[in-house]
Amino acid sequence: MWHILKQIVKNGLRTEPAPQGNDDWRVERAEPERIRAELLAILGRALTIRLVDAGSCNGCELELNALTNPYYNIEGLGIKFVASPRHADMLMVTGPVSRHMVVALQRTWQAMPAPKLVVAVGDCGCTGGLFGESYASCGKVANVIPVDVAIPGCPPPPLDLLRGILTAIRSRK
Amino acid sequence: MPLVALDCRFETLPGPLPMQRATVTREQWRAAPAAVAEVGGRLVSLWGSDRRGLDGGFAVSAAYALAEGLAWLSLPIADAAQPSYPDIARAFPAAGRMQRACRDLLGLVAEDAVDQRPWLRHGAWPEDYFPLRREHGGLESFAATPESYPFVRVEGDGVHEIAVGPVHAGIIEPGHFRFAVVGERVLRLEQHLGYTHKGIEKLFESTAPLDGHRLAGRVSGDSTVAYAWAYCMALESIAACRISPRASWLRALLLERERVANHLGDLGALGNDAALGFGLAQFSRLKEDWLRLNRELFGHRFMMDRVVPGGVDVDLDAAGGEGIRRQCDAIEAEVRTLKEIYEGHGGLQDRFLTTGRVSPQLAGQLGLCGMAGRASGEASDLRMDFPWVPYDELQATMASHRNGDVAARVTVRFEEIFESLRLIREIVARLPQGTPLVALNPLPANGIGAGWIEGWRGDVLVTMELEAGAIRRCHCHDPSWQNWPLLEHAVMDNIVPDFPLINKSFNLSYSGQDL
Ligand code: SF4
Repeated sequence: MWHILKQIVKNGLRTEPAPQGNDDWRVERAEPERIRAELLAILGRALTIRLVDAGSCNGCELELNALTNPYYNIEGLGIKFVASPRHADMLMVTGPVSRHMVVALQRTWQAMPAPKLVVAVGDCGCTGGLFGESYASCGKVANVIPVDVAIPGCPPPPLDLLRGILTAIRSRK
Repeated sequence: MPLVALDCRFETLPGPLPMQRATVTREQWRAAPAAVAEVGGRLVSLWGSDRRGLDGGFAVSAAYALAEGLAWLSLPIADAAQPSYPDIARAFPAAGRMQRACRDLLGLVAEDAVDQRPWLRHGAWPEDYFPLRREHGGLESFAATPESYPFVRVEGDGVHEIAVGPVHAGIIEPGHFRFAVVGERVLRLEQHLGYTHKGIEKLFESTAPLDGHRLAGRVSGDSTVAYAWAYCMALESIAACRISPRASWLRALLLERERVANHLGDLGALGNDAALGFGLAQFSRLKEDWLRLNRELFGHRFMMDRVVPGGVDVDLDAAGGEGIRRQCDAIEAEVRTLKEIYEGHGGLQDRFLTTGRVSPQLAGQLGLCGMAGRASGEASDLRMDFPWVPYDELQATMASHRNGDVAARVTVRFEEIFESLRLIREIVARLPQGTPLVALNPLPANGIGAGWIEGWRGDVLVTMELEAGAIRRCHCHDPSWQNWPLLEHAVMDNIVPDFPLINKSFNLSYSGQDL
């Protein structure tokens, strides 16, 4: 302890004074801040999302998980994945909707409070993808519940997912 | 082949791994499990096919892994009205769910099987509709008649049930788990899967053989390279096509990159599930770096559709190779640091050690395979057991442990990352010259082939039958079939809050087994 204190006293304060501002360097408000402000203006709160995999190949889940890594820092933007549909403003749905998932998907959607934004994720969610409609698959998400925004891609990379989420928010302006 | 005791005629399937196929009689089919078990073999897959119009009624197939390679036994079932075959689940319990699926999809009944409940069919289509039968196009749709699944009930003082799913709390695939618990302790877990069944095997019948790698690559997205390679291997084996050495090496490069990506992701999630958020932040950052380089060099973060019939449709130049080498060095240093932190973290080790244990004995009995198998003393990995090009020149070493708990699976994953990083550097340094893609020989109208690849989770098998230039039957097998039932055992006597951790340490595929 003594050594630590001695070291601190010996070194003193090294922090340099903050530089003066430079008006030439002013840029638009940083994107994250703008997104946060927009969420607050439209929803009046942070955005909560519930994900339902309605039959995906799990590729889309990989990218949704990637969206929560430090590079994208969505929680810093005020966007959060939640466990209960009752806490969710938005439902993201991946996969073609398998016939076995229809009831679970509908119930999740019913359990959500308004505004019940729905984002279909990936080529499968948009159109049914390679799987289409069959004895086992209902095809695109819009065949089962109303969809606000559909994000193409197989799977859509994290930035596209983020763009899709923001597009859905703005659609409720 | 030790199966010679069965006196059946094996026909070799051309391909880089040793694979043989034989048509067997009912007696041989019945004798096979014991013969296979006796020499330490295991069941890889069981599936059925509709052969009416070809050579009779139906057929049921079983693929066994033996020291000599893959033995694919096919049993013709002449009685098309009441098709059935002798049960093999008594000898190989992993066959149980596959036999139930075979009944749901084709109506083939395993005689005297203990469990006759439906598996993949939940009531979305009627009990007497068998989608894989030839008379159905697969596009039929039915009014769903939800059936309640007869779970096994556990009764006793203080026992209660916790039902979870199909929609789970996180960003994961759907499935139902029924826990019987006393207080915090799990007495029993029963899984009910099949929620993501989307008719993949039926779809193959209307897919052009040269396009099928895309569908195979979407059986389980996290193993897209393994599936696409297995599919292409099956097709190339039918076409008797030899891909270039460069193509094989590049395929292995993609396969090892897939392995590393999944292990990085899961190691982070495992830290998080044991309340070390730091681990998730660190590993998910590394994984993102990894995926971004995939994107830069191969045009897709998960390398989907890059393995194609005849080779790969990507190539690697010197600068790309250098980028990979540098990234491997950087990631290796970071993972070593994180490994030390994980190992030195008392709280984490307390959660990992002895949790979710599958003893080597149980693993052997029930056929635990792949990465999880290697953490429970099952020393099998196709890359070492049957080293094909380029593994024959890379001398990969197998990670193997015996404790069978979460900690052992974590250790195996760390070791496999280091080994894959070494392999990747080797591949980049020694990549043979040549073209990465050759034109496939014209496909024969009829033919049978198979592809067998060690994906990050375990061995993936694709078997294929062409008829008149079209896919008559393509079966994709995921190692999750074997390992899901073991997860039921792994959680017994653990506490409920440890379930996510145990589950993540296996990280099995729902889509891969639901098809
Ligand atoms: S869009 Fe692509 S990645 Fe997403 S679920 Fe469909 S096949 Fe898989």
